[in-house]
Amino acid sequence: MAWSFTSRAPVYMQIVSRIRADILGGVYQPDQQIPAVRQLALTAGVNPNTMQRAFAVLEAEQLFITRGTIGRFITTDTEVLARAREVMRRETVARLVEEAAAVGISPEELIEGIRAYERESAADTGEASQETTTQ
Amino acid sequence: MNNGIDLTRETSVGMPQGYDPSAPILSCVNLNKSYVASRPVLHNLNISLTGGKIVGLLGPNGCGKSTLLKLVSGILVPDSGTIEVCGVPQSEATNSLISFLPERTYFNSWMRVDQLIEYFSDFFADFDEAMARKMLSDLSIDTSAKLKTLSKGNKEKVQLVLVMSRRAKLYLLDEPIGGVDPAARDYILSTIIGSYNPEAAVIITTHLIHDIEPVLDEFAFMGFGGRILLSGMADEVRAEQGKTLDELFREVFRC
Repeated sequence: MAWSFTSRAPVYMQIVSRIRADILGGVYQPDQQIPAVRQLALTAGVNPNTMQRAFAVLEAEQLFITRGTIGRFITTDTEVLARAREVMRRETVARLVEEAAAVGISPEELIEGIRAYERESAADTGEASQETTTQ
Repeated sequence: MNNGIDLTRETSVGMPQGYDPSAPILSCVNLNKSYVASRPVLHNLNISLTGGKIVGLLGPNGCGKSTLLKLVSGILVPDSGTIEVCGVPQSEATNSLISFLPERTYFNSWMRVDQLIEYFSDFFADFDEAMARKMLSDLSIDTSAKLKTLSKGNKEKVQLVLVMSRRAKLYLLDEPIGGVDPAARDYILSTIIGSYNPEAAVIITTHLIHDIEPVLDEFAFMGFGGRILLSGMADEVRAEQGKTLDELFREVFRC
């Protein structure tokens, strides 16, 4: 199944975001080999030149490292990974704040909402685990 | 999705005379064509297309997209201007370089899919029968079936499979995904990506811009009279204008 590209951002940047998220989310492990450009282009349903461009960005960010002729791998450099995580954190916060602002929710309300959400879901999982123990 | 296509095959043997690998894949100079003298369909059109590109030729109905593809493939003759494919002037010789998918199926409906495969093997030295059979089986098309017993969408799939199973230099695809279901659409687009070859170019005309956007390198908007109104890299539109190609098209060609 092709990847879906729903935002207006350039397709190669959407690919970069997705792969970055996959690295941080553990879909790709450090030191894991990356599929070849053409292979991943076919999977994603994009032009190989577009995938190449995304790879160039990920290489510039040092998330991808090239080992001679063997291929490309996910970096094991914890500093680089921490930097990528920071980028994702900022992007996620920016998106959340913008989306909330668009419907009139202030950052303060958002923070309060997140805390409340955490308490509720903690309570939910607490109840759930209690149920399993009583059974 | 990997269609198991061998992309590394040597293709430079048996090329027509005048073939120049360093020439643009397609070069059109001052192309003019009209069906009625008072109404030019293409007016002084110039195109130069290099290898390794998938180009979307996009425009409203009746702007001259199909006419251009017919001229390049030699089905129509231009009123004036020149067309060269890999340095070879448009002629019978360029038929071996161009793989053309017309907007309508032209096969005899009494033929079986197997017979069509033979037909293509006979006509085109660069036809890869194994690849065609693999793709038809992926699409669950019975090759012993007569064409007339197939649905419209399946007929289109057969034709596209045959066209894409050639190792041509220039693929001209006139509305390749218009009549097929979304799942087959994904398969067809991945086939087009899989056939990507740095020495070949693909021109796709379609109205389904949203579907083909991720597949395109470049695009050209063609307005009435065959004028190229806007062209460039598909991703640059997104980067510079914050719009998808589909949105830009709706803006440029608003009725």
